[in-house]
Amino acid sequence: MVFLSNLVNGISLGSIYAIIALGYTMVYGIAKMLNFAHGDVIMVGAYIAFCALQYWNLHPLVALLLAMVFCTLLGITIEGLAYRPLRRATSLAVLITAIGMSYLLQNLALLIWGATPKNFPGLFSLGAVSLFSGQLKISGNTLLTIAANIVIMIALTTFTAKTKLGKAMRCVSENRGAAELMGINVNRTISATFAIGSALAAIAGVLLCSAYPTLQPTTGSMPGIKAFTAAVFGGIGSIPGAMIGGILLGVIEILGKAYISTELGDAIVFAVLIVVLLVRPTGLLGKAVREKV
Amino acid sequence: MSENQQQPMLKVEDLHVYYGAIHAIKGISLEVYENEIVTLIGANGAGKSTTLNTIAGLIKPRTGSITFGGKDITGMQASRIVPMGLSLCPEGRLVFQQMSVRENLEMGGYTRTSQEVAESLDEMFQRFPRLKERSGQIAGTLSGGEQQMLAMARALMCRPKLMMLDEPSMGLAPILVDQIFQIISELHASGVTVLLVEQNAQMALSVAHRAYVLETGLISMTGSAENLLHNDAVQKAYLGS
Repeated sequence: MVFLSNLVNGISLGSIYAIIALGYTMVYGIAKMLNFAHGDVIMVGAYIAFCALQYWNLHPLVALLLAMVFCTLLGITIEGLAYRPLRRATSLAVLITAIGMSYLLQNLALLIWGATPKNFPGLFSLGAVSLFSGQLKISGNTLLTIAANIVIMIALTTFTAKTKLGKAMRCVSENRGAAELMGINVNRTISATFAIGSALAAIAGVLLCSAYPTLQPTTGSMPGIKAFTAAVFGGIGSIPGAMIGGILLGVIEILGKAYISTELGDAIVFAVLIVVLLVRPTGLLGKAVREKV
Repeated sequence: MSENQQQPMLKVEDLHVYYGAIHAIKGISLEVYENEIVTLIGANGAGKSTTLNTIAGLIKPRTGSITFGGKDITGMQASRIVPMGLSLCPEGRLVFQQMSVRENLEMGGYTRTSQEVAESLDEMFQRFPRLKERSGQIAGTLSGGEQQMLAMARALMCRPKLMMLDEPSMGLAPILVDQIFQIISELHASGVTVLLVEQNAQMALSVAHRAYVLETGLISMTGSAENLLHNDAVQKAYLGS
């Protein structure tokens, strides 16, 4: 029973990683860049939700929506101001800019909200579910996180497979020049990708702080790095890869902490990444692109 | 068929294009009139593809002007040029490898309504029955010749007035090359104006009305395809005789 409970908790934590990893992987797939500020967008989203709940006494759903809208705009702004001018620059220049953007967001948060950690109020007070005559208790938050992950996964898969914008994203991802020749506005498509990734980051931020209620300006960085690991683990650029990578990572982390060593939990996570990349450099679901002549 | 018409459909004037410090196009001027097939021939690296990519809006020229259908399109984004009726079937085909044949074609009609796309899709399946057979197949698994047909059909999905083709015969078996040129002639017959870049000068000159010969970023010769085909210098340099 303890094992089952750990497993469920792992899947729940992994679901949060997966939602964050989707942002990394979509942006990488379409804009071909690593947006290291993504983790900090999570933190901003959590702060916005925190303010909405604590100071403005808004309904939790409204708070979540507000955080999503704010992060969407933030994502579009970051892309337009910091990354778009570097579209033809070397990838190293873009990477450094992304790291700079990450520090900028953290320090702006420090300025606005201060260094003292905030206690994030539970977003939804959901009852726990008891299974096996009370031996296994799953909290409402855990179930909500897993459910959110499943819904997002299905929605995104349908979106990229069926909608015009989703298909345009796949085209840009495969070949930017060819996509432009179809009449696709590449800049607008990249902008939309950042918008979606950042809205997901807001959801992840709220779910993360509902599970681990300490909110401070560096809250986003560790989950951000782990989600990035999850994205690489699953095969960066692949949406199902991000999902599988995220969940596996969460499960490995929780089980590692429970059965091997609490201190080594994070080290185990990254060790697994290194092993996977040694065996499969493209990640679990990543494809090596071949060109046909 | 050519110079006696009043206004060219496409007019390129004194175009200069740089790749960083490299001066790739050094002042090219050319015209394409409605209902013509014009070909641009020349050796590797002469700037043929660069010229087409610049006209299509993928590369911005340093100076010079490009006018299409009487409108200045110099430096305009490719995505805004396509709906004006100018499409490019790029070098190396660049079909979307991970999408199905049908999806590739639908993307070609990205700027049009779904009704129009459905109509054009039927048209393409009629013109290219092979693509109809394979409509559900992932484009990356098609043969080279099929991918070239898909790339051409995709470029036609926006119903262009002027279609630019960049090396459509590259890497194809002779029988397929014949087929591709047959299709180009048919396209022309159905009212599409064509600007064709080819290394296979023999074939290109045999379907084209007029031709420009490009040498290291400059036009070295121009005239009717017929004349160039029998020109000694052209024969020596490009026709291998």
